[in-house]
Amino acid sequence: MSKIHVNATVNGDAVEYLCEPDESLLDSLRDRLGLTGSKEGCGTGDCGACSVVLDGRLVCSCLVLGAEADGRAIETIEGLADGDELHPLQQKFLEHAALQCGICTPGFLVAAKALLDKNPDPDETEIRYWLAGNLCRCTGYDKIVRAVMDTAEEMRR
Amino acid sequence: MRYLAPASVGEAVSALAAEPGLSRILAGGTDLLVQMKTGLAEPDLIVDIKKISDLTEIRCDGSGFRIGAAVCGAQLAEHGELASAWPGVVESVNLIGSTQIQGRATPAGNLCNASPAADSVPALIAAAAVATVAGTGGTREVAVEDFVTSPGRSVLENGEIVVSLNLPARPENASDAYERFIPRTEMDIAVVGVGVSVETDSDGRITAARVGLGAVAPTPLLVEDAGRALVGTKLDDEALEKCAAAAMEACSPINDKRGTIDFRIKVAGALAKRVAARAYRRARGEQ
Repeated sequence: MSKIHVNATVNGDAVEYLCEPDESLLDSLRDRLGLTGSKEGCGTGDCGACSVVLDGRLVCSCLVLGAEADGRAIETIEGLADGDELHPLQQKFLEHAALQCGICTPGFLVAAKALLDKNPDPDETEIRYWLAGNLCRCTGYDKIVRAVMDTAEEMRR
Repeated sequence: MRYLAPASVGEAVSALAAEPGLSRILAGGTDLLVQMKTGLAEPDLIVDIKKISDLTEIRCDGSGFRIGAAVCGAQLAEHGELASAWPGVVESVNLIGSTQIQGRATPAGNLCNASPAADSVPALIAAAAVATVAGTGGTREVAVEDFVTSPGRSVLENGEIVVSLNLPARPENASDAYERFIPRTEMDIAVVGVGVSVETDSDGRITAARVGLGAVAPTPLLVEDAGRALVGTKLDDEALEKCAAAAMEACSPINDKRGTIDFRIKVAGALAKRVAARAYRRARGEQ
């Protein structure tokens, strides 16, 4: 198999990598670019731990081929904080204890940011439906939902 | 395996026709990549159609809507005219999977995956949707109810691709609806799915109706008798009972972990009434 040459933008930076034709974008991000924040939970689009934003749309990077990213813009969990300064969502997740083992957390943060970018004032039902594609086996979800609601309120001030 | 992302339908069709091994079309990838991951599909060639700009748009003109084969579910909900003309089709597509899946999965892919339980297909059948199929010999039109031939199989020949799904323009006083039964509220596979489209005159009398059923037979079904039972009525109880009876009569479901044969048939009747009533209320501007 010959490798495919990909030029993309990741978190605002131009990147290039060589990938196998059947390699997922998740594997390209983790193994070619060293961006290991996105996690593989299921590898089949059920758990959302690998969530990234591709050309403005929230997607599971395990269900995208690395080759498909050519010419496209990707935002990952690594782009959320501004240097040492946490994004408000990250800070609120800490304050609300909205994580335990942490495997699902990057996906939840990326998904929650995509929601708040689209709708700065979601109600609880909208948050729960939006995040239904992200599975967490530790928290029972409630603290995550509270953290997102609290972040939204703070960011609207 | 080779990966190609052609810029035109012609290139895509030529590449598929020239491939001696197994080729698969990649639109949203939410079925294909899972099949590859689990070893159910091992294609020699993948043709990604998302670089064909013509296929990534929803177009609307006097004759109706043309939904490109690479249009994802989220795009349907964002298209105000489509969502208002065909709310049942749009709700059926948006029921599929999570936000992440909606950002990738396409209605055309849902049709081509040829599952008996595909959510969008009964709604598309009720809507009298037509798929435009391109091959090396040109294009042909296939009514959605004729597209799936058996579980996982469709009328697509080697080297053919669906380029768009086409929905007719809507007259006044017309609407549609889709509902499915699942044992939870989100992200599950339909045990039964029903789509209904109705047109009425200004007095509320139904002038045309179509009923599509999913997950109760080897393929999604158009139930002509169920639609006929509604025509000429103002959706009284008798019409609803006849519609339900026709829907139940058309069922030939399997027993599986999601539901028994008897349960599926009963739910098909109950949903046919409920969805017909919803489509009718929408057509009357009551919802």
